Amino acid sequence: MKLIYFAWVRERIGKAQEEVDLPAHVETVSDLLKWLKHRGEEYENALQHPEAIRVAINQEHVDHGERLAGAHEIALFPPMTGG
Amino acid sequence: MGAVQPHIRIQTADFDVAAEIARLTSGRSDIGAVVTFTGLCRDEAGRLSGLELEHYPGMAEAEVLRIAGDVCGRWPLQGITVIHRYGKLEPGDNIVLVATASTHRQAAFDAACFMMDFLKSRAPFWKREHVAGGAAGEWVAAREADEAAIANWRK
Repeated sequence: MKLIYFAWVRERIGKAQEEVDLPAHVETVSDLLKWLKHRGEEYENALQHPEAIRVAINQEHVDHGERLAGAHEIALFPPMTGG
Repeated sequence: MGAVQPHIRIQTADFDVAAEIARLTSGRSDIGAVVTFTGLCRDEAGRLSGLELEHYPGMAEAEVLRIAGDVCGRWPLQGITVIHRYGKLEPGDNIVLVATASTHRQAAFDAACFMMDFLKSRAPFWKREHVAGGAAGEWVAAREADEAAIANWRK
């Protein structure tokens, strides 16, 4: 699974993207955020307020309840501030 | 009337508003109204030397196109152009352009407003401040007013 990070999520985790093997029990976006948070201090720091993290699966916005099945690219980022 | 093809560009280069209006109207006699919105980089009373805009390549184009598609479904437009820049921008630089063309002004105004409201909170761009005399500063925080603007369209 390819994970991509943007803005301060990218900076706090310390990488722009990575490939991960997800355990079977990680079925939803919410599960993924919980699982990532326990991977180390930098993840804990980036994801301490998971409700603030926006997520896109295959380049489309999704809610935290969305299932990961069929995902090949998952992006995590802060609320957007373009325009 | 065929389906409108939104003209979307995500680029580092500047844009020319007059040229983009001409692209929408040239060779046509059915357009009665063009509305343009241009967003610019400001210096916050001298505090900032500029902004840096990060984006999600691929999704930025796709999301802007999805919003433009919604806009075309809601209002009778003859054309819509959205250009968003990324990279380092200085105070006074253009950041974003939305241009809408329609037979009558109300559709063009409302469509441009909806496009910008959704672009601000849904298109994957992030602004970071560069402080005058210093290096990269804070990431700009999202404003509650931007989410409220979206909620208003759902009423």
